[in-house]
Amino acid sequence: MGLLDQKFENSNIVVTTMDNLLNWARLSSLYQMQFGLACCAIEMMAASASNFDMMRFGVIPRATPRQCDVMIVSGTVTLKMASRIKRLYDQMPEPRYVISMGSCSNCGGPYWEHGYHVLKGVDRVIPVDVYVPGCPPRPEALLEGLIKLQEKIRNETMVKKKAV
Amino acid sequence: MTAQEIHDILKSQFGEAILEAKLENVPDPFIKIQTEKIKEVAEFTKSDDRLQFDYLMCLSGVDYKGKLGITYHLYSMTHRHKIVLKIEVPTETPNVPSVESVWKTANWHEREAYDLFGFNFVGHPDQRRILLPEDWEGHPLRKDYQTPEFYNGMKVPY
Repeated sequence: MGLLDQKFENSNIVVTTMDNLLNWARLSSLYQMQFGLACCAIEMMAASASNFDMMRFGVIPRATPRQCDVMIVSGTVTLKMASRIKRLYDQMPEPRYVISMGSCSNCGGPYWEHGYHVLKGVDRVIPVDVYVPGCPPRPEALLEGLIKLQEKIRNETMVKKKAV
Repeated sequence: MTAQEIHDILKSQFGEAILEAKLENVPDPFIKIQTEKIKEVAEFTKSDDRLQFDYLMCLSGVDYKGKLGITYHLYSMTHRHKIVLKIEVPTETPNVPSVESVWKTANWHEREAYDLFGFNFVGHPDQRRILLPEDWEGHPLRKDYQTPEFYNGMKVPY
């Protein structure tokens, strides 16, 4: 964690870096956009419910994009929906993250050839941080994706990287 | 009432407008109707005391390659019998009398058939797309439909 292991003896002072503090805060309270697109949304709801309890990772569903940190694209993205997804993503405040859940959202899934109405992967309209495979993925798989996203956030830094 | 009896009632009422029928050895017996007469037949099947087809279970479009067709699945809640009516129209002029005034449920079904097959339902009060976006071009369930390369700047093929 980088927070508690560097504390001074006999006081309430904790020494850490700004990066560590911000990353820890961000990854511990990933507010999720409350929307679902298709059958994957059923698994997402199962992940939110008491058995799997996504809230223990700090994921709270919010009904407005203005208060969200992560968008879980759970299901088939039709061309009609794609422009709405893009608009919702644009309305989220930065830093914002996207989890693409399930085969449809990853690459078109079963609609890859004959789906005239399906966007072949949500990454054609918005950038994706974590892809969760499955059709649909089990709640454990979604939680794994969430933990992967937390790992990604943990290693972020405000300092601009030197050009390679 | 059996399909044969239903057919006989329609035949005695409309005569020439009943083109053909297949009533045996099929899961759903059907009667083919002259396209121009479909609305009159629909009104009759609903109002006649012996038939009372008060429920339009499904209205679906079909592309037979070269011509288009519509299939009406009817059911009577009173008599517990059912029948299928079919019509055909040329692909170039797919004009079909609307049965929306007979069964209200036909409103959305006909909008769907217009959306995906491009029928023109004469007399429909609100014929516009129901599933696809309003700016979509073409009718995707036609056999000769070509998937567009792009839609609103988004690449469609894989």
